[in-house]
Amino acid sequence: MSKLSTGAEIVFKCLEDQNVEFIFGYPGGAVLPIYDELKNHSSIKHILVRHEQGAGHAAEGYARSSGKPGVVLVTSGPGATNVVTALTDAYMDSIPLVCISGQVPTHLIGTDAFQECDTTGITRPCTKHNWLVKDIKDLSKIIHDAFKVATTGRPGPVLVDIPKDIQFQKTKYTKPKREKKLNGKRQNNFDQKDIDELIKLMSKASKPIFYTGGGVINSGPKASTLLRELVDATGFPITSTLQGLGSFPGDDNSFLGMLGMHGTYEANNAMHDCDLMINIGARFDDRITGKIDEFSPKSKKVHIDIDPSSINKNVKVDLPIVGDVQDVITSTIKTIKKTKPNFAKSNKQKISKWWEQIQKWREKKSLDFINSDETIKPQYAVQRLYELTKGKDTFITTEVGQHQMWAAQHYKFDKPNRWMTSGGLGTMGYGLPAAVGVQIAHPTKLVIDIAGEASVLMTMQEMSTAVQYNLPIKIFILNNEYMGMVRQWQELLHDKNYSESYTAALPDFVKLAEAYGCVGIRATNPNELDDKIIEMLNTDRPVIFDCLVDKQENCFPMIPSGKPHNQMLLGPKDQEQNKITGKGKTLV
Amino acid sequence: MSKSAYSTPGKKGKFDKHIIVVWVDNEAGVLARVVGLFSGRGYNIESLAVAEVDAKLNISRITIVTTGTPQVIQQIKLQLKKLVPVHKVADFKREDKNVIFKEMALFKLVGNITKRKKALNACKKYNAVLLDKTNKSYVVQVTALRREIDLMSKNLKKLGLVSVSRTGAVAMTRGAEIFK
Repeated sequence: MSKLSTGAEIVFKCLEDQNVEFIFGYPGGAVLPIYDELKNHSSIKHILVRHEQGAGHAAEGYARSSGKPGVVLVTSGPGATNVVTALTDAYMDSIPLVCISGQVPTHLIGTDAFQECDTTGITRPCTKHNWLVKDIKDLSKIIHDAFKVATTGRPGPVLVDIPKDIQFQKTKYTKPKREKKLNGKRQNNFDQKDIDELIKLMSKASKPIFYTGGGVINSGPKASTLLRELVDATGFPITSTLQGLGSFPGDDNSFLGMLGMHGTYEANNAMHDCDLMINIGARFDDRITGKIDEFSPKSKKVHIDIDPSSINKNVKVDLPIVGDVQDVITSTIKTIKKTKPNFAKSNKQKISKWWEQIQKWREKKSLDFINSDETIKPQYAVQRLYELTKGKDTFITTEVGQHQMWAAQHYKFDKPNRWMTSGGLGTMGYGLPAAVGVQIAHPTKLVIDIAGEASVLMTMQEMSTAVQYNLPIKIFILNNEYMGMVRQWQELLHDKNYSESYTAALPDFVKLAEAYGCVGIRATNPNELDDKIIEMLNTDRPVIFDCLVDKQENCFPMIPSGKPHNQMLLGPKDQEQNKITGKGKTLV
Repeated sequence: MSKSAYSTPGKKGKFDKHIIVVWVDNEAGVLARVVGLFSGRGYNIESLAVAEVDAKLNISRITIVTTGTPQVIQQIKLQLKKLVPVHKVADFKREDKNVIFKEMALFKLVGNITKRKKALNACKKYNAVLLDKTNKSYVVQVTALRREIDLMSKNLKKLGLVSVSRTGAVAMTRGAEIFK
């Protein structure tokens, strides 16, 4: 008879067989047997966070920057409830996470025991699937299944809840079965006919656009390479969602910038006026579409997505193609090469008017802002950060708010997996722990969290984690003392009633950095900004960079919600030039 | 300009009544997953019937009566198919002539024999079975459509109906074919 292993041993054997190198976690009563076992498994390194939410976001940052699933280990009760925000965040942004939680012993479940909560009940709506292990014999299969569910199809978080008595019990460990299909759920469900139809639409279109999203990134780095080939082969313009940034080079002439609520004038107008929209791995989110009834009224819509339930959820499409982005693009390029080898050239004439129109929209320079010699404009700070880190293969995370949009607008990405931001759930406090996870995955790379002072305070405790593991993350705070996006909405839509959006007491971030044992740097005016950024980049330790920026700056362009794409608010420079008066002025 | 951070609702389509049949692994929490999907996404459940149908394969069959626009019904099916313990999902329009729908109800009737006989008589056309009788009472089982049971429970009030217990609808296609 083969050797029997305890539940705790089985957990680690599963992790080893799933090639897990790092787990992000926090110990507690109900996971002590698992923590006791940790010492016997040297290939797995545990990263001790300061709060379970931080473990979740760090695992997300790890997963998004490495393409591997992130693993989280938490205790029962508060350990599990604290990780719920991160699980929901991962669910919304399709990030593969495997969360293992301890639970009170089986015989105490349902008795309101100490640190008991209905973990599988609480996390059911924010995971792809979850399991409560009631029999030790099921444990290895469940954990292997958990990895499978998290990483296949549209990726997402899963949770395995293991009662403490199960962690002590013994049984035989079983290795993962290779290529087992879960209830026959296939990833690709398209055939050549769909691809032919797509190419027919492409050759008919005179105003086409690619609208790409996080699905391209999730499909793997190969998908991004193929996307570039596809854009080359067609000559079509391309725009990207917040999550898709990096799948196509941000400084390429075919790229119209990000679209959506704070997207560029050219991207949004092109989306509104196009006659063919090819959605690749995006989900018609409400921040993208604006008013649904007036969304891109004249276009044929193609939607390529791995998740069948994303199709026709928000916007009805003419040609759905269900499949992995990489496989769909591969087939498309192959067919173009075979049937229309000179497509881009022969089609150039047909879409030249469209490009002329796009050029006109571009001339609006919708991302421009009025710079200042006295105060640091937040956009300028991001631009300088970009210029000074360009070519360093930098990884950027963000918190949520104005700074996030400015980062998306002004930092140009040219590789996938370099941009980690909370898009779907919009979780303030995401960026700092995410940066911890990114730096774990890429110890020698430059990792910067472009942050706001309000967001970063929500998970500031993770600086302590960064110091413990010598992770030289850079927290670049655009400090305007306001919850900037809240303030902006209050200014534009609530008669400048800045209700509770000003933080009257902020810590001294430089001293705070010193207290954590890292380095604090402050920049107060544009003249010293470059030198201070260079000082930050030359510091081989974690840095909190307190960049004092203009307190009143708003993030433009902006589509007010409930408005279609062609009714954007532009920035102050444009208003000055066009002398908007009367009604137009009251809008801004 | 809208003061909301979200858009205003768009045009609503026409609502249809559908019967959704879901085959699931009979495991802990599976019903909560299905029902939670409906409540979480704001779908409507008019009735629900669930029981194990294959003890060997451990399969339960859930029958849900719901209403929604064609787009919502489509979403319900696709979202259900994404759940890990779900094997297959069938969807029938309420008007579909190829599908049999039945609900069961138990009526407790208390009163004099004349009234009770009259009540039993009224139930006859709905496959009435007298399950229990005493000097004062009957318990009658009927199987019928939802609206028929609605009507009976209303009409029997004056004939001594004191308690009603009823199931959700179950459905099955006519003919030799089964849903794959």
